[in-house]
Amino acid sequence: MTFFRPTFRHPELPPNAAGYHRRDYEGGISTLCAGCGHDSICNAIIQACFELALPPHRIVKMSGIGCSSKSPAYFLGKSHGFNSVHGRMPSIATGANMANRDLIYLGVSGDGDTASIGMGQFIHAVRRSLNMLYIVMNNGCYGLTKGQYSATADKGSKSKKGGVNVLESIDLCELAIQLGAGFVARSFSGDKAQLVPLIKAGLSHRGLSFIDVISPCVTFNNNPESTKSYHWVREHSEATNTFDFVPFRQTITAEYEDDTVQEVVLHDNSVIHLHKHHDAPDITDRRQAIDSLEDHKAQGVILTGVLYVNPDSTDTHEILHTSERPLNSLDETDLCPGSAVLEAINARHR
Amino acid sequence: MKPLAAINDFVIRFATVNGSGSASANNLFAKAVFRMGVPVSPKNIFPSNIQGLPTWYEVRVNEQGHVGRRGDIDLVVAVNGQTLRQDYDSLAPGGYFVFDSSKPLPEDFTRDDVIAIGIPMTAMCTEAFDNPKMRPLLKNIIYVGALAALLDMELEVLTDSLRSQFRKNPTLAEPNIRALELGYGYARDHHAGACLLTVRRSDRVGDAIMMDGNSATALGALYGGATVVGWYPITPSTSIIEAFGHYAEQFRIETDTGRIKAAIVQAEDELAAIGIVIGAAWNGARAFTATSGPGISLMAEFLGLAYFAEVPAVLINVQRVGPSTGMPTRTQQSDLLACAYASHGDTKHPLLFPCDPRECFEMTADAFDLADRLQTPVLVMSDLDLGMNDHYGPPLVWDPARRYDRGKVMDAARLEALAARWGRYKDTDGDGICWRTYPGTHPDKGVYFTRGTSRDEYSTYTEDSSTYVRNMERLALKWESAKRLLPLARIKITSGEARLGVVFYGSTTPAAYEAIEHLRHRGLAVNSMRIRAFPFQQEVIDFISAHELVFVIEQNRDGQMRTLLLNEGGLPPAKLVTIAAYDGLPVASRFLVRALEEALAERGVTLPTSPRDQGGVP
Repeated sequence: MTFFRPTFRHPELPPNAAGYHRRDYEGGISTLCAGCGHDSICNAIIQACFELALPPHRIVKMSGIGCSSKSPAYFLGKSHGFNSVHGRMPSIATGANMANRDLIYLGVSGDGDTASIGMGQFIHAVRRSLNMLYIVMNNGCYGLTKGQYSATADKGSKSKKGGVNVLESIDLCELAIQLGAGFVARSFSGDKAQLVPLIKAGLSHRGLSFIDVISPCVTFNNNPESTKSYHWVREHSEATNTFDFVPFRQTITAEYEDDTVQEVVLHDNSVIHLHKHHDAPDITDRRQAIDSLEDHKAQGVILTGVLYVNPDSTDTHEILHTSERPLNSLDETDLCPGSAVLEAINARHR
Repeated sequence: MKPLAAINDFVIRFATVNGSGSASANNLFAKAVFRMGVPVSPKNIFPSNIQGLPTWYEVRVNEQGHVGRRGDIDLVVAVNGQTLRQDYDSLAPGGYFVFDSSKPLPEDFTRDDVIAIGIPMTAMCTEAFDNPKMRPLLKNIIYVGALAALLDMELEVLTDSLRSQFRKNPTLAEPNIRALELGYGYARDHHAGACLLTVRRSDRVGDAIMMDGNSATALGALYGGATVVGWYPITPSTSIIEAFGHYAEQFRIETDTGRIKAAIVQAEDELAAIGIVIGAAWNGARAFTATSGPGISLMAEFLGLAYFAEVPAVLINVQRVGPSTGMPTRTQQSDLLACAYASHGDTKHPLLFPCDPRECFEMTADAFDLADRLQTPVLVMSDLDLGMNDHYGPPLVWDPARRYDRGKVMDAARLEALAARWGRYKDTDGDGICWRTYPGTHPDKGVYFTRGTSRDEYSTYTEDSSTYVRNMERLALKWESAKRLLPLARIKITSGEARLGVVFYGSTTPAAYEAIEHLRHRGLAVNSMRIRAFPFQQEVIDFISAHELVFVIEQNRDGQMRTLLLNEGGLPPAKLVTIAAYDGLPVASRFLVRALEEALAERGVTLPTSPRDQGGVP
C-alpha cells in the first residue's frame, strides 16, 4: 500500500480526445495490500476510461462490500460513486440507470459479493440486460474477513493454511452467457495488455457487459497450490484470441498477421477485431462459447479474452420502452396528469 | 322473536366460495346501494387461496355515514355449503337467512330467532340458462336480484350498472339482466314483506367516491411524480403497482414517441426492489416501492443505508397479518415498530398514517416531497383493509398550482456560483439537512462518494470518532426538523372537561369515531386524537398529557403505537391503555364499544345501558 502519490506529471503528457489528462481519471490512494491484483484492475479502468476519452463526471461507479468494493475510491475521483451494501450493487445500479439512461454505469464487485450474497441480484441484472459494465475482481476468497473460501474457489484448490476446497465452484462467465449478458469476458489482473481493451469494449457495448478478472489475493490466496494465485493463473491460462478494440470514432490502422480476423460491430459502431485460430469458436454463438469454456476447464486451462458477444443485445430501457429522456429530468408538466383528469377518475368511482 | 327492522342501517354478509365470480356480483350490490345515495362500506374477507376456500363479503349500509365495520350480521346470503352452519349460527337474533333452496335446509337448522328465506337459485339457473360455464356466475346475479326485491331496492339501478359493466359486450348484459330479474321476481312473488330491512333512496352521498386505498395510493405516486418503481409481488400491496402501471399507460405516454415516462421494474426480491428505489432516488428520480411486512424485514438493511447516506425513498407498507406464512389476506396494523426503527444502528424513519383513500392519495404524493426535502426514506403505513377494500369517502383533489418540492438540490448554476467548498454532508442552514447533487450535473463540481457513516462532511473517508458523533447529532437535528413538515394529528375536543382521551390512526378511524359517538350518546365525553405521522409533534404529547387516561386503539396485540408514544414522548406508562383489535378482520365499532366499556369498568366507570340504537351494542 502506498501512502503518498506524487502530484507531479510530465508537462508534455498529451490529453485525450476530450481534453482530459490521465490524472483526471485517477482516484484516492489505495488502502489494499501491496501487490493486490485489484490495484492493477483499477489502473486498467483508469487507462481504459482515459483512452475512451469519457467525461469523468458522466461515469457512475458503484459497488457492494468487500476488498473489491472498496476499490472505486481508488479510481475515477471525479466521478460519482456509491458504495452500497453487500451483494446489492446490481439493484442500486438498476435504479440509478432507470433514473438517468444517459450516464455510464460501472459496477465493481467481488466473488463473495457476486457469487454468494449477491448471486440473485447479479443474475437478474444480467437477465434484464442492464446497460452497464459489471466487473468482478475474482480472488476466490474473502479478503476483508481474512481468507475464507468464496463460491468461485476451484474445487480442489488449496489455501495457504492447507485446507482444500471441496465444493463446486461457480463460473460467473458461464452463468452470464446462459442468462443473456451481451458481452462476456475473462481476464487476469496481471495482463494489462488484454484487460484495458476488454474494459473499453465492455464500456462501449450496450446492455450488460460482464468481465470476470482473476485477481490474486496476495495475502490469503497466493500460495502455489491455489488456483487463483499469480503463478497458477500464469501457467494455466489461454487466451481465446488476441484482439483490438476500435472505438467508433477511430479508423482501423493496425496490421494483422494472424490467420483469421472476426469483426464484431457494437451498437455504437465500435468494432472488436478478433485475431484467432481458424478452428476457434465463434464468439457470437452462445453454445460454442459455453462449450469452449467447459472444454478448457476439463483440460485444467483458464480461458481468457472475449468469451461471448451479442452485437444486437438490447437494454432494460428498450425492454420497458421507457422515455428516451432521462427520467430524472422530467418535472410536473411531464409527469402530473392534472386536476381535470383527477376529476374524471373520481367520476369513474361513483 | 322480533325480526330486525331498519331503513338504511344494517349489515349483510355474502358467504360464497373463492374464485366463483361472486366478488363482482357482491360489488354490484354494494355499488347499487351507493348509487341510491346511501353510504355503504363493503369488506372482502377472503382466504389466501385462488379457488375453493370460503370467502365472505360484508356490506354495511348506513345512512349516517358510519362506514367502518360494525360487527354482527343482520342478513346473510348463504351460498357456500362448506360454511352453511357457521353462517346460520353467525346471524344476530331477528336476522335473515337467505339460502339456496334448491336443496332443503338440514333438519337441525332450527333457530326460532331467524327468518329463513329460500330462493332456489341453482334450480332456477339450470332451468333458465343453457351454458353450463355461465351458470355459476349467473347464480350469483340471481341472489343479487332476490336481495334487491327483499330490500325494496330500485331494480333499474342494478340493471343500469350491469349495462354499463358490459357496455363493451352487450351480449353478456342480456343473460345477466335476465338473471337479475329472475331473482327479483322470485323473491317478490314468494317472500313479499318477509324482510323488514330496506334500502331507501337518499341524498347523503353527495360527491363521495368509492375507491380502494391501493388505487388511490397509485394515483398519489402518479401525481407525485414517481418515475421509477422497484417492486416484488406481495399481497396486499401488489395492486398498487398494477394500478400505477395501468395509470402510467393512460397518462404517462409520450405522444410523439409512444414511450412511457416511468420505469416499472419487477425485481427478483424485496432487497432488490428497495435497492432500485434507492439507486434511482440517489440519481435524482422520484422512486417508490410497495410491500408488506415480510418485505419490510428484507428491506431493513437497505433502509439503514438510505438513512445514513441520506437518500430519499418512498415505501408503501400495506400491512397484513405476519409472518410470511401468516395470514396474508387478513388486515392488521402490526408493523409500526418494525418500520419506525427499521434497520441496524440508530435508525428511525418518518411514517405517515392514511385513514381513507383520499389520504392514501395525498400522503403518498406528499411522501415524495417529504423524502426529497428530508433526504430520507418515508413510509406510508396503509393496511389490507384500507388498501384492498372499496371505501366510501371524499373525492381526490389536486391543486393545479402545486409544484414538486425537490428539496435542497444543487443544479449546475448553483454549483458554478459556489463561493466556499461544498460538502455533501455539511449543514449550512442549521436544520440538519444538507445540499445534495445529482450525478453528472457539473463537469468538475459537486462530485462525491456515497457511503454509510465512515466519512466527514465532505464525504471524504474517515473513521474518526468525533466526526461520526457530529454526523449523528446532525441526523438527530434533522429528525427534529421533520416534525415541522409532517402532517399534524387531528384533535377533536368535545369537552374541555373531559378527562378521557382516545387515540387511534389509519384504518381504525371510522370505527373509532363511531364508538366515540356512541359513548357520547351514553353520556360519556371523550376527546380524540387521530395520529397522522411519526415522529410525533409536541401537540401529540400535549394531548396525552392533558388527559387523565388515554385509550390507544390499534390493530395489533402489543400496543405498538402506545410503545412508540411512551418511547418518544417520555410519558408515564399507566396513562396509556391499549385497546387491541387484532383478529385479522377490519376493526368493528361494536367491538370497540364493548372493549372500551370493559376497560372503563375495570377502572370503576360504568355507563348507563342504552337501547340498541344505530351503531350501538345490542
